[in-house]
This record gives sequence, C-alpha cells and structure tokens, in this order.
Amino acid sequence: MPNMSPTKVPMPQQEPDIRNKNFEEVATGYTEEMAIEEATRCINCKHKPCMTGCPVNVPIPGFIEQVAAGNFEAAYEIITSENALPAICGRVCPQENQCEGKCVRGIKGESVSIGRLERFVADYHMKHGKKQTLDVKPNGKRVAVVGSGPAGITCAGELAKKGFEVTIFEALHKAGGVLSYGIPEFRLPKALVAKELENITDLGVKIETNVVIGRSLTVDDLFDKGYDAVFLGTGAGLPNFLRIPGENLLGVYSANEFLTRVNLMKGYKKGEVPTPVKVGKRVAVVGAGNVAMDAARTAKRLGAEEVYIVYRRGAEEVPARAEEVEHAKEEGIIFKLLNNPVKIHGEDGWVKGIEVVEQKLGEPDASGRRRPEPIEGSNYIIDVETVVIAIGQSPNPLIRQTTDGLETQKWGGIIIDEETGESTRKNVYAGGDAVTGAATVILAMGAGKKAAKAIAASFEE
Amino acid sequence: MYKILKKEVMNQAVLLFEVEAPYVSARCEAGQFVIVRVDEDGERIPLTIADYDREKNSVTIVVQTVGYSTKLMEKLEEGDGFLDFVGPLGQPAPLQSSWKKVVGVAGGLGAAPLYPQLKKLAKMGCEVDVIIGGRSAEFVLWADKFAEFCKNVYIMTDDGSLGGKGFVTAKLEELIASGAGYDHAIAIGPLIMMKNVVLVTKKYDLHTAVSLNPIMIDGTGMCGGCRVTVGGETKFACVDGPDFDGFEVDWDEAMKRQTFFKEEEHECMMKLES
Repeated sequence: MPNMSPTKVPMPQQEPDIRNKNFEEVATGYTEEMAIEEATRCINCKHKPCMTGCPVNVPIPGFIEQVAAGNFEAAYEIITSENALPAICGRVCPQENQCEGKCVRGIKGESVSIGRLERFVADYHMKHGKKQTLDVKPNGKRVAVVGSGPAGITCAGELAKKGFEVTIFEALHKAGGVLSYGIPEFRLPKALVAKELENITDLGVKIETNVVIGRSLTVDDLFDKGYDAVFLGTGAGLPNFLRIPGENLLGVYSANEFLTRVNLMKGYKKGEVPTPVKVGKRVAVVGAGNVAMDAARTAKRLGAEEVYIVYRRGAEEVPARAEEVEHAKEEGIIFKLLNNPVKIHGEDGWVKGIEVVEQKLGEPDASGRRRPEPIEGSNYIIDVETVVIAIGQSPNPLIRQTTDGLETQKWGGIIIDEETGESTRKNVYAGGDAVTGAATVILAMGAGKKAAKAIAASFEE
Repeated sequence: MYKILKKEVMNQAVLLFEVEAPYVSARCEAGQFVIVRVDEDGERIPLTIADYDREKNSVTIVVQTVGYSTKLMEKLEEGDGFLDFVGPLGQPAPLQSSWKKVVGVAGGLGAAPLYPQLKKLAKMGCEVDVIIGGRSAEFVLWADKFAEFCKNVYIMTDDGSLGGKGFVTAKLEELIASGAGYDHAIAIGPLIMMKNVVLVTKKYDLHTAVSLNPIMIDGTGMCGGCRVTVGGETKFACVDGPDFDGFEVDWDEAMKRQTFFKEEEHECMMKLES
C-alpha cells in the first residue's frame, strides 16, 4: 500500500535565526527513515509523467522504488545511469517546474519530493558507496570541452563513457563554473561539488585550469592541436548593469563580483583569506532571481543588518524559486517589490543610498509579464552602504570575437542546431547558458548530454 | 605550478620574475596582462606583462611588494613556482604603424609594462624616446634596457639622485615645448602620474595612451570590478583595455575606485607582519 499522506516528509533545516549567521547548509537532508517514508508516497503510476519533466531523463520511479526498499546503492546506480551530478541536482534543480511539477500526487496535495530523494541517494553514496570503475575502450577521438560548469562537465563525462579522450579547459583556477564561483556554500557545499567533479575525472577526463579559450588558445588552435570536436559550455558570465547614475560608486558590486569574492575566493572565511569583501550595515540587492536571493542571503550572513531585495515588478513576477524566496524571507530579507532603481546616491565617492520610484503593473509586455509603470512623484531613497546588481548575465564575447564562422544572436547567445547542439561552425558544439542566456544547471546539463550524443553519433561509422 | 626561471631583486620594493608559462608566451603581445596566484586561498593579482620569450616559453613580470600577496612573492625563489598564472588577458596595445615619433613616459614600476610597447614600436620603425621617473636613483628601472632601442633616454628623480630633479611631467613639457615633434605619447605609472601627464599632453593636443590596472578578480569580463569611465561610457579594463585614450579617462573616479578595499588590505597586512 502506498503512503497516501498528502504532504511531503518535511526537510530538516537549520533554524532561520541561526543559519543566517553561518555558511553551513540550510537544509540538512533526510535520514534513511525519512527517505523510505517519502519514497513510499510514489504510487509508481503508469505514465511516469515525472520523467518527461526531467531534462536528463532520470528513471525517477525506478530509483524511488529502490529507495522505498532500502536499496540506496541500487537507487544511486539508476540515477547515475542518466545524471552524473545527483548531489548537485538534488539541491539546485527547480523540481517544482520539472519532475515534481508533473507528479500525479501533486494534483491532490503535494508531489513526491523527488529532489530531496535524489539528494539523499547521492549523499548516501558519498558516505557509504564504493568508487565505480568503468572499463571503456578508447575510440581514438579527442574532444576539447571549453568551460567546466554543468554543461561542460556533463558533456565531458558522457563522451568519456563512450571512449573519447576529453580535456576540459577552464579559465579560472578552479573547476566547476557557476557551481564554484556562483552558488553559495549554504546552498551547495563546495566539498560536494569537488566530489562530483572527481567522478568525472575518474572517467579519465582531464581538466586544465588557467586556460582562457579566446585568449590563451583559440578554437582554431584546438583543432590544430588535433582535437576532433569542440564543445563550448562557456556559460553566461558577463554581468549586466542598470546603466543608472552612480553605478561606479564605491560599494556597488555586480552579483558576479560579490558572489565570486565570497565563494570562489572564499571570502566567507572572513579574516582567514586575503580576498576582501566589504559589506555595509545596509545592503540593497537589485533583482529578484535566484542569484539575487543568493546575494541577499550571503550579505546577511556576512553581517549586514538590513538587506533589501529591490525589484521593479510584483510578487507574481519574481523569477526566483519559491523555496529560495521563502528561505530569504525567513532569514529576514526585506522585499521592496514594485520599486525601480533610478539613481545610486553617493557621498565622497561612496554609496549612501539608492533612489527608487514606485511602480504599478500595466498590460503584459513581450515577456508575457505585466509591464511595470512608474508612479509619478513616488521617488524615495533607501539608505544603504552597499548595492549588489543582480539583474542577469550575458554570454562572454571572448570566443565569438575570436572564432570565424561561429554565429551568435544579437545578444551574444551562440546559434545552434536544436537537434544536435552543433553551431554554425562544423564540429563545434555548444550548450547551456552560452546558448540560452542565464538559465538553470539542469538545462545546461541536458544540453551537454545532447551534444555528447550528437558528437558520438557524428564519429560513428 | 608555473616554474620561476629567474628572480631578480630590482630594488627594495620591486622584484622581477621570469616564469615558465607556455600558453601565455606563445600568444602574448605588448600591453596584455596575466593574473597570478601565489598559493591556495591566495588573491588573483593582475600584472601587465613586462617581457616575453617565445623560444624559452617564458613571461617576465615585475612586481612591487606593497600588499599581502606581493609580500608573499618575496619568499619565492628560482625553481619555486606560482600556483596559477593565466593569460594573456586584455587587448594588445593599439600601436599604429603610422606613428613616426613617440615618447614613452614611465613612473616607477610603470617602466616594466612600457618596455615591450616601446620595443615593439622601435621594431616597427618608429623613433622612440623615453622619460623614466622614480623616487630616487634605485627606483629608476631599466634605463639600460630602454637605451638599446630608444634614441633618447631621459631620467627624472624626485631627489635629483639620478638625471634631472623633479617629475617626469616637467621633462615631458620641456621636450614638447622645445619642438621634439612627437605624434603620440604612452604613459604608464601610478594613476596620479598618468593623470598629470595627460594634463600636459592635452595642452599640446598630443594623443596619449595609458595603461590601467584596477581592482579585478577574473580578468575575463566576469566580475565587472574593473569598471572605468572612458569618454562617458563604462568600460571593463580587463577586456576593453587595459590601454585607453588618456584624454577620455575619468581619472578622479579611477583613483577613488582604487581605494575600495584599503581598510581590508591594511588589516591583512597587519596579520602578515604580526
């Protein structure tokens, strides 16, 4: 008999007032008993709609069945047959819009907590599992993967399993892309990212850090060096700014700079590392996506007393995951919705406030969201010492500027064949945020996987 | 590890390292920079390339030991290595073959990044003069190396211990006013020195390139920390520069931005010294 409880087994978490002062993980994870109980909520329905919601096609009911039976290692093998980064996906995937959004249990009550179960299985394996060894016959073909974020590592792992010799080139000193520099420790512990990366290098994938493709080497150089194909998983790393007066005052960061200082450069270990992070008593984060939530919650943890999310649209339009918004509110982040920043005020070169104008919502715009319109004369200043701009990122132009025949959209996204991921340049494939603009980890992984399949097929004779 | 092939103590505050870095040496051009890290948890330090040898796979950097990470570099010896060394970053200096006579102006450490630019210009057939400034004789860098291809090497020191007494700007103005006939200037040094050079060259409408080295993390356009206002527009020094038209740079903003982390840097140094 399936467990017909209408609600998920709750996730154990640190209390908000404790966790907003530390960088340890917010959610502490299911116990074995909790996982089994939650897994029995899956009714193993005929059509498996959850799987159609998964960009990497994890056989979800199959792994949940094994969890329910207490066969956690078997569950791990099922997940990793399709998904090389389960500990990461279990934590940062927007399951509510994907697998869980399609779950039949969600029609009357809450869906099965597929994400929490995936995370449990991955964490269980890290603690108890044995390293898997894979005996693959090399096929003599070499692929260069540019960027070691979710798209790149997934593509590399899949290709290695098929016998390709794969080298990943990473511009920074550390692999992982946004998983390392962007997503904070309290949401995605870096030790865990390192472990899942190790699974990829165990397959024989080489990672060369400190190589900027487009500068240290070009795409043409890679072919000259004998690579048969190239996959571009370079992400969307170029920060957008508001283009309002005062953006170059001291105390204004892009979310990229702020989060990179804290995560990649370990600024969260204040006083132990030389990379400085300066945070005022009052902080305004502009934007309301997941990156904005990460920045606001990070600022709070670094000691800011008042942290605001400043967003020009309304609550309905907030692009961040509901869970992230919830966590941010619990931790004391103040939401200033329908407030559009128009100027950053300074004194002697330093930020002292952000001027906003209140908005009302009009008719839907091109994005389908209701267009915010200013309310004349409603301007006011929020007193802050730090402003973090988190209004999105664009693809980095270094590769498109140095690669002949690689066509991009006007806004910089690489143009690809939707079926194969191949770009307008032969044997150059691309996927992830470099193609779509800033999106999610799992969509990038799906794109990396699709390209790996197409690359393998193109060399099969 | 990026092996240190040669270390040279140039004076009490300046060190030279020749480092094995094949990717950088194969492609770098005058004006570009690298980012180095000494150890795990270390800062990413941007440094403009002072010289390179494609046959030896080596790149030369010159460092002023003023901050926490550069102080750590003092302890590195030949045979040791840097943990990270990435590049070449930024755009090559936009040197024009139409220039007939160029004056380079170097302040202190600025002589090192100026060197490959003037050397390349000389190779391109341009007549090159250089004015090198320093606090005192020992802070005047590479006068002998510049002499190998510069027609005139002028030296200025604050205390008059070598060359003329006074600032490089005084010598520059004297040369321009006396009809030296320069069609371009390149100034590299502390921000205040470059600002003052531009004040002089603007008067004579002598176009002046400058090289900026602002606070940055990645050096590839990702953090945006290196924002600088040029001609009223925000540019990223790491990908749009580091060389810019000196007439167009907002110097006061650039100097202010350089002080963002002064307090934190001070705390860090105190720790190192204790």
